[in-house]
Amino acid sequence: MTTPPDTQGIYLDNNATTMVAPEVVEAMLPFFTEQFGNASSIHAYGNRVGHAIKQARQQVQALLGAAQDSEIVFTSCGTESDSTAILSAIKAQPERKEIITTVVEHPAILALCQHLETEGYTVHYLPVDGKGRLDIQQYMDLLSDRVAIVSVMWANNESGTLFPVQEMAELAKSAGVLFHTDAVQAVGKLPIDLKDTAIDMLSVSGHKLHAPKGIGVLYLRRNTRFRPLLRGGHQERGRRAGTENSASIVGLGKACEMAMEHMDDEKTRVRAMRDRLEQGILAAVPNCFVTGDPTNRLPNTSNIAFEYIEGEAILLLLNKLGIAASSGSACTSGSLEPSHVMRAMGIPFTAAHGTTRFSLSRYNRMEEIDRVIEAVPPIVAKLRKLSPYWSESGPISDPAAAFAPAYA
Amino acid sequence: MWDYSEKVQEHFFNPRNAGAVPDANATGDVGSLSCGDALRLTLKVDPESEVILDAGFQTFGCGSAIASSSALTEIIKGMTLNEALEVTNQDIADYLDGLPAEKMHCSVMGREALQAAIANYRGEEWKDDHEEGALVCKCFAVDAVLIENTIRSNGLSTVEEVANYTKAGGGCSACHEGVEAILSRVLAEQGKAFDPYARAPEAAPSAGGRKLGNLERIRRIERSIEAIRPNLQRDHGDVELIDVDGKNVYVNMTGACVGCQMASTTLDGIQQRIVEDLGEFVRVLPAKAMRKSA
Repeated sequence: MTTPPDTQGIYLDNNATTMVAPEVVEAMLPFFTEQFGNASSIHAYGNRVGHAIKQARQQVQALLGAAQDSEIVFTSCGTESDSTAILSAIKAQPERKEIITTVVEHPAILALCQHLETEGYTVHYLPVDGKGRLDIQQYMDLLSDRVAIVSVMWANNESGTLFPVQEMAELAKSAGVLFHTDAVQAVGKLPIDLKDTAIDMLSVSGHKLHAPKGIGVLYLRRNTRFRPLLRGGHQERGRRAGTENSASIVGLGKACEMAMEHMDDEKTRVRAMRDRLEQGILAAVPNCFVTGDPTNRLPNTSNIAFEYIEGEAILLLLNKLGIAASSGSACTSGSLEPSHVMRAMGIPFTAAHGTTRFSLSRYNRMEEIDRVIEAVPPIVAKLRKLSPYWSESGPISDPAAAFAPAYA
Repeated sequence: MWDYSEKVQEHFFNPRNAGAVPDANATGDVGSLSCGDALRLTLKVDPESEVILDAGFQTFGCGSAIASSSALTEIIKGMTLNEALEVTNQDIADYLDGLPAEKMHCSVMGREALQAAIANYRGEEWKDDHEEGALVCKCFAVDAVLIENTIRSNGLSTVEEVANYTKAGGGCSACHEGVEAILSRVLAEQGKAFDPYARAPEAAPSAGGRKLGNLERIRRIERSIEAIRPNLQRDHGDVELIDVDGKNVYVNMTGACVGCQMASTTLDGIQQRIVEDLGEFVRVLPAKAMRKSA
């Protein structure tokens, strides 16, 4: 069922993971062979690797706009960065027993927060409105000296909606509360300049920006109180023990340098492809709509809810044509409920199960977009023909009453 | 990507009998929108012979839901209603060369739609006894609702017991944290605390060569019988311990067990359990055998 991406496949699932850029692979390869040294070693083998890691750290620093390269801590993934940030904040401030986050965070944050609730922490989950936006007044009311940390994502992985994290970090700072943002979807797609913000900690995931999987970063502002997750060595200045994943660190550095170079491309060409895809589909398919906040979102993401059909079925039919996307339906996740993000926005079940996310990258081309615009309408029509909620040309009138299954 | 069989893919990409049957005389609507599955099955039944002449489905659901619906219609066409009532969800899954554990509920939905449609044809009201929770054990496809209900009705307190009663956690053991969480919650409601180091009561080591005292021996037999009773009660039967005389254990079968053709098989099962728990061979006999010998 798989189609190799380099032949005729069209990959529009870049919020899930991205292709490793060929230049990144090239930069990494020597670190598997002749540059195999341990950066901690005193001899030349180690020393050269140490220099390469230093350079990578500066490349990451440049993309994030961090004031110091020592504020960059390499980790194994975005999830590790998220866990490190939150667990550090609660360990360093044992008297603070509350956490503020949002209902639409990634499971890397939500599952950890739910677990901390079982250990006696109070977690405040900020709700969102129909477009996925937060109520800042409500947030301000929750800030207090009982709060150990605020963790709010920069950009939502499903809808692409952006949260005003810079403003929220300022508010946290003035209340004396640590602020962390899971920015795995934002880094590389939006210009970021951390030294001009009040953000204390920020998570990066390498494989979301054309670096390999298994490498992440925790940005840790200088003078932020910190307790490591992994102890056991002096690496990363004792803040993350374990021998450096040197090849991947070098790869991430190169990927960050390339993301800097292509930042304008994201804002213009990638955005133009996304907009054309979205407008093309909306014009050709009845009963579908864009979820999230279209005026304030990532330039690469479009999430469209196709009513009365189910997302996994859409993905399987797209996959047959070599088109890769993803869905917020229950079935694609293995859980029994549709995406918590779509539900939080109040999207009805008949639409939430049919949400389909198209997430682009700079490696997509306009011809691919045109092929997807052609492919989607017949797929939606085919599945609607099977749907009990759909008659010949439109949804059955009053679907809830006309089709009321026995245990709905 | 799910690991779908060729047959599932084939029925998804080319579904059979899609759409409503014209002039249908039976309809079954089942599903749950929150779970993203809903199925309407329409049948055309010959009133004389009760043979299903035609079947059609309309499904809101994932690839395996559509494939299961398609398979169901192929299986039942040409069957009489009574034959169709014998179709199980496993038949649907087998027809498709199997479904992933997380997707077995799609085949359950197919069977329920069939039963609902037949009830509709016969003017009966179909009642759904199907309850489904989040999948906890992926090895054996056991969901949270089943685990919770089994813990409550059998007074379970350890992960090992849950595995014995439901199979959940008996495979890769990755779900033990989830099973412990359910146990903690249910036990807390009963005012008890979950003890991860507790051994299952029935799994107490056998005498290990030491000869049991009479009292301890009878207590163990009682415990074994208590552990079996819920299974019998589910089938509206029951069993009580009457006496223990040397190697003979006398019991009374009550409720639906009385006159049941399976009663002797059930006695064998009880005997096996007691032998295992006691660590010695005993005979389990109906109480009336005791009166005869007396």
